[in-house]
Amino acid sequence: MTATTAASAAYIVAALLFILSLAGLSKHETAKSGIVYGIAGMAIALAATVGLASRSLSASGLTLMLVAVAVGAVIGLWRARQVQMTGMPELIALLHSFVGLAAVLVGWNGYLSVEGNLDEQTEVAPDLLGIHSAEVSIGVFIGAVTFTGSIVAFLKLSGRVKSNPLMLPAHNLLNLGALVAFVALTVVFVLEPNLLVLAVVTVIALALGWHLVASIGGGDMPVVVSMLNSYSGWAAAASGFLLGNDLLIVTGALVGSSGAYLSYIMCKAMNRSFISVIAGGFGNEGSVSADDRDYGEHTEISAEDTADLLREAKSVVITPGYGMAVAQAQGAVAELTRKLRAKDVDVRFGIHPVAGRLPGHMNVLLAEAKVPYDVVLEMDEINDDFADTDVVLVIGANDTVNPAATDDPGSPIAGMPVLTVWEAGHVVVFKRSMNTGYAGVQNPLFFRENSRMLFGDARERVEDILRAL
Amino acid sequence: MFALAVVVGFYVIGHVHHALHTPLMSVTNAISGIIVVGALLQIGHGDAVVTTLAFIAILVASINVFGGFAVTRRMLGMFTRG
Repeated sequence: MTATTAASAAYIVAALLFILSLAGLSKHETAKSGIVYGIAGMAIALAATVGLASRSLSASGLTLMLVAVAVGAVIGLWRARQVQMTGMPELIALLHSFVGLAAVLVGWNGYLSVEGNLDEQTEVAPDLLGIHSAEVSIGVFIGAVTFTGSIVAFLKLSGRVKSNPLMLPAHNLLNLGALVAFVALTVVFVLEPNLLVLAVVTVIALALGWHLVASIGGGDMPVVVSMLNSYSGWAAAASGFLLGNDLLIVTGALVGSSGAYLSYIMCKAMNRSFISVIAGGFGNEGSVSADDRDYGEHTEISAEDTADLLREAKSVVITPGYGMAVAQAQGAVAELTRKLRAKDVDVRFGIHPVAGRLPGHMNVLLAEAKVPYDVVLEMDEINDDFADTDVVLVIGANDTVNPAATDDPGSPIAGMPVLTVWEAGHVVVFKRSMNTGYAGVQNPLFFRENSRMLFGDARERVEDILRAL
Repeated sequence: MFALAVVVGFYVIGHVHHALHTPLMSVTNAISGIIVVGALLQIGHGDAVVTTLAFIAILVASINVFGGFAVTRRMLGMFTRG
């Protein structure tokens, strides 16, 4: 068995382990073994590759390689240990950008060592050079879009730039123009590979990635992050084609398609098409303008009265949203849960699929605050139970509990599946003010007879309730 | 092979629990750090520019691989049953 066939065999094993890893991550019971499979697959892939590469590598080359891996490992492990769970969306976006950057660099290297070195290169047969050039261009393009798109997502999620959608005039035309230019330049690059064309492709792709994510608003971030996750997979697959490496192709396609499916689930949860998310935020047609409809008066409630409500309740459901993460209220909420459960109150959580800025983010925050995962339910699991619930606490959520989505066909969020909290006996809404949510839509829930508003910082109010209990 | 992997990707994610979307995303993110393989095969071959670019690519992709798996483990460790 030669070293090359040994490496190929190792690559197949690694790819299978990655599939097992993703499959394992789909259930709580198997999640921990899923991650072990993933790490094992990666270890095998890396060992096989280093073994393969080291045969034709000088000592200094090998040293450089190991130094790069070691430095990356130290930084990665350090960040993983330091990151706050509320900062998880930013971290994931930043990590996506690294895959994009690596794909761009690998693509450029593909050009430099083949097309840019035609007299000496032996990697690609002369009659396949055209295909190679096309692969370089496509790989660099996807990588660059992923890179800047993820950087903008990171900046928005970490609050370093405003999360409002950027609305350039004719922004759809700009995106389309960038795509057309990319296709045309790829043809040019295949016919006559040169550095200038590749540089222009890179710049256009960087600009496109930037613009794509800049024009998407904060509440659509769950879709954007999973979309970028998908792109980073496609970028790896494109590099695989470029290098003729099966492991990269298979693994990239695996990540790419799973990310795409995840984005699809997110879009369905908002009743929006993938295209409409990509094309920009809510209310592009000016429908955000304040409507003059009379919703009636909202009623306020104090923390003490909320505590009284909870004391008399038999079943309580808490529906958290992004506001809970912003106020860092998850610890206090978990404490409230423990206290109520100790009093034999049935406390459960209802999580909307797009609550927060990252799919599943609320679940991680609650898990960190030591809320057991079997009382944290999905929207579909809990929606039938609201009618039998005494008190619902809406903490930092707005659009995901808006009855207009089901009642008002004219509403911008009409048709979006929502948590039907208004069916419960009492609804207490924790909110900073009467401002509208991300979609810019007024929420009739606040004016219902069984709704009470508890204004202020979510964490302070929950702590007030804890004291009153 | 590419098409096969695409189908498997869709299929595997089909029944994933919503609660695990974040760990799933961070593990796929770590796995897409497999791009490091490409750069590992490029470093030390060709001129100094190629090696420099490959060095940077290996470094950032390694952050992804190690950071991604570590943070996923940390997250999964937090989920407990009642």
